[in-house]
Amino acid sequence: MIAIFIFVISALTLLQFFASYCHSMIAESRAYVLSEQGREIAGVTGRSIRGDQFRRLVQLIALCPEPGGDRSQVRVVSTYYGMLGLVRTLFGWMEPALARWIESERGGCAYVAAVMLDRRIAYNRVLMARQMSTQL
Amino acid sequence: MGPVDYVLLLADLVVEVCCVVCLLKRRAFSQYFTIVLYLCASIAVGFGRYGIIAAAGFTSTAYLYFFYYSDAVLTICLYFVLMSLYSHVFSEMGISKYVRGSAMLLLAGTAGISYHMVATSTDKLITHFVFELSQNLYFVGVLLTYLLWGAMMKLRENRTRLMQLVLSMGVYFSAFAGSYALGNLYERAFIWHYICHLMVIFLPLSWAYTFMKVPEEARMGTATVLAPNR
Repeated sequence: MIAIFIFVISALTLLQFFASYCHSMIAESRAYVLSEQGREIAGVTGRSIRGDQFRRLVQLIALCPEPGGDRSQVRVVSTYYGMLGLVRTLFGWMEPALARWIESERGGCAYVAAVMLDRRIAYNRVLMARQMSTQL
Repeated sequence: MGPVDYVLLLADLVVEVCCVVCLLKRRAFSQYFTIVLYLCASIAVGFGRYGIIAAAGFTSTAYLYFFYYSDAVLTICLYFVLMSLYSHVFSEMGISKYVRGSAMLLLAGTAGISYHMVATSTDKLITHFVFELSQNLYFVGVLLTYLLWGAMMKLRENRTRLMQLVLSMGVYFSAFAGSYALGNLYERAFIWHYICHLMVIFLPLSWAYTFMKVPEEARMGTATVLAPNR
């Protein structure tokens, strides 16, 4: 009985802490202003990105050499994105407000992916410029 | 113990060493001393576990004893980390002495309750006590982290680094408390064994990320963590 109680409480707090942890990462990325090229690649029109762009952005991230240290962030956000997709499939049809909330969260995940892609593009540009200057 | 277990054990050690290096590089050693203490203890335990596996085998009683006792020691180290996070949050109130006292009382209380639970049951094995103690310590850790997160919300704490450290502790404690409880319910649920391993990697990885990417002076509103898209 105690084990069941501990398990239920822990599962609920795990969900909440994990969601808040992902939120803190998303909120941190929101402060970052995307470059013009980054916006073009990510398909950003206003200040938000559609959630369904996430997979495409993650594939683009995988193509860019990493500056180091952001791989764990990609994984955490991808897990959160996957969990949101699962919740939408299971419960999204019941409540339209929930589906809207999930879509806005997925948009947040896509924004994080766009920020990481933008950072990687900037890093690659620096690398390219360095290589060009050494060749000259 | 298969190759996956060895890879996870090694990955855990590597990530912990990297995290210590990150802490030293960011000169956060004295400010977050308890985190370094926990990481060093965890690295030592990792070597100890590997040594016992090599000498006595994965299924030996020696390994079983060492695993559960070292786990209890690491959980107590995590308590110290949690206490230091409490001290950081309540630093301006000057109540860190009371926080330390209360945490010690809680620790002793949890050990007492765990002993009582085992003493009244028919199975009085000493390993059962350590298993029970670990499960209860993790659960009390979940409650304490939740309480700390609630206090941070109430106090409108805006230090990004502190927020991420507390949240990652919350994820870790919740996952472990849940997996121990599930282990109590279904002893042969092997999938949780791997989840525990992944969580052991997640904690130092998230700490390393926080110390490398989030500067001490970074600030973030708690409202944006609750609803980031607003």
